[in-house]
Amino acid sequence: MTLARDIVPADLPAQRVALVDLLDRVLAGGVVVTGEITLSVADVDLVTISLRALLASVSALATPAEGTT
Amino acid sequence: MSDDLGVWAYAITGDDGGTDVSSLTGVADAGVRAARAAGLTVLVSDVDLAEFGEVALRRNLEDLAWLETVARAHHSVIDAASRLFPLLPTRLATVYSSDESMAAALGPRREELLAALRRVGGRVEWGVKAYAAAEAEPDDRVPAQAADAGDAAGGRGAGLAYLKRRRAQLSSRADAWQSALAAARAVHAHLASHAVLTRLHPPQSPQLSGSQRPMMLNAAYLLDANDGTGFAARVAAAADTHPELELDLTGPWPPYSFTADDGQDGR
Repeated sequence: MTLARDIVPADLPAQRVALVDLLDRVLAGGVVVTGEITLSVADVDLVTISLRALLASVSALATPAEGTT
Repeated sequence: MSDDLGVWAYAITGDDGGTDVSSLTGVADAGVRAARAAGLTVLVSDVDLAEFGEVALRRNLEDLAWLETVARAHHSVIDAASRLFPLLPTRLATVYSSDESMAAALGPRREELLAALRRVGGRVEWGVKAYAAAEAEPDDRVPAQAADAGDAAGGRGAGLAYLKRRRAQLSSRADAWQSALAAARAVHAHLASHAVLTRLHPPQSPQLSGSQRPMMLNAAYLLDANDGTGFAARVAAAADTHPELELDLTGPWPPYSFTADDGQDGR
């Protein structure tokens, strides 16, 4: 098996990714495999829904993003 | 009871070679299992449809605290597993009613998914965001002071002087924007030439990024796993070359942005 992630420089501390960067990826990236009997929420809806949730909670994100570098 | 459970998918891989994923913890603290489906292996958790069914999801996705908790749990499984074998992350909130329905959905996509797995195998994603540097932003206090002076003098000349300064300031703001945008394009072209694939995400709004500086670039780059150090050095060099930009490097990420065959060719 390929060890794909062994390139992190040793001096980088364990980090907690910024939520906004994570949502860019988990909501707009990733494989979308829906079928007639899946329960997946349509991708467009999902992005809209989460952005609405984010915009309604801007104060929660007003603190500087953590660990983004 | 089984009618109340659904199957939450994290990631798709080929033959997992019997890798044990039972030590991972997923959404809602559920255990993770490797399910065989249509000749593929899918990392999944069995989840309560009262929380993760379609109706509940639509409600819960509006709740930022819930969304963050679930997104981080989803990511932690994908991130840990991606260190063990090549995988394709599945989009957040992909839920099936059973392993059988999952296999039925994956079956027709099998060859495409295997091709995508070959594309990302041994590779990782890095993110680069570029902001217009703080120095490039206009000083908003100038027109306010000028306007105050004009009002105090009550003179037509002061008002015209204000308008003139305001026009010059807007022009300088536009110049700074154009300069930062051109620099961001140049940086992206340079970094893309060293990447296997690239994908542009929409710039994050200042409200979401937590930065008041306008974001000029929000890009993802797919790189061979051992190219990370060189890529980070290129980003640092680009930051030195372009003082009108501030660059923010994130990663390595599992290949979230490169699961579909729509990335732009880099090199």
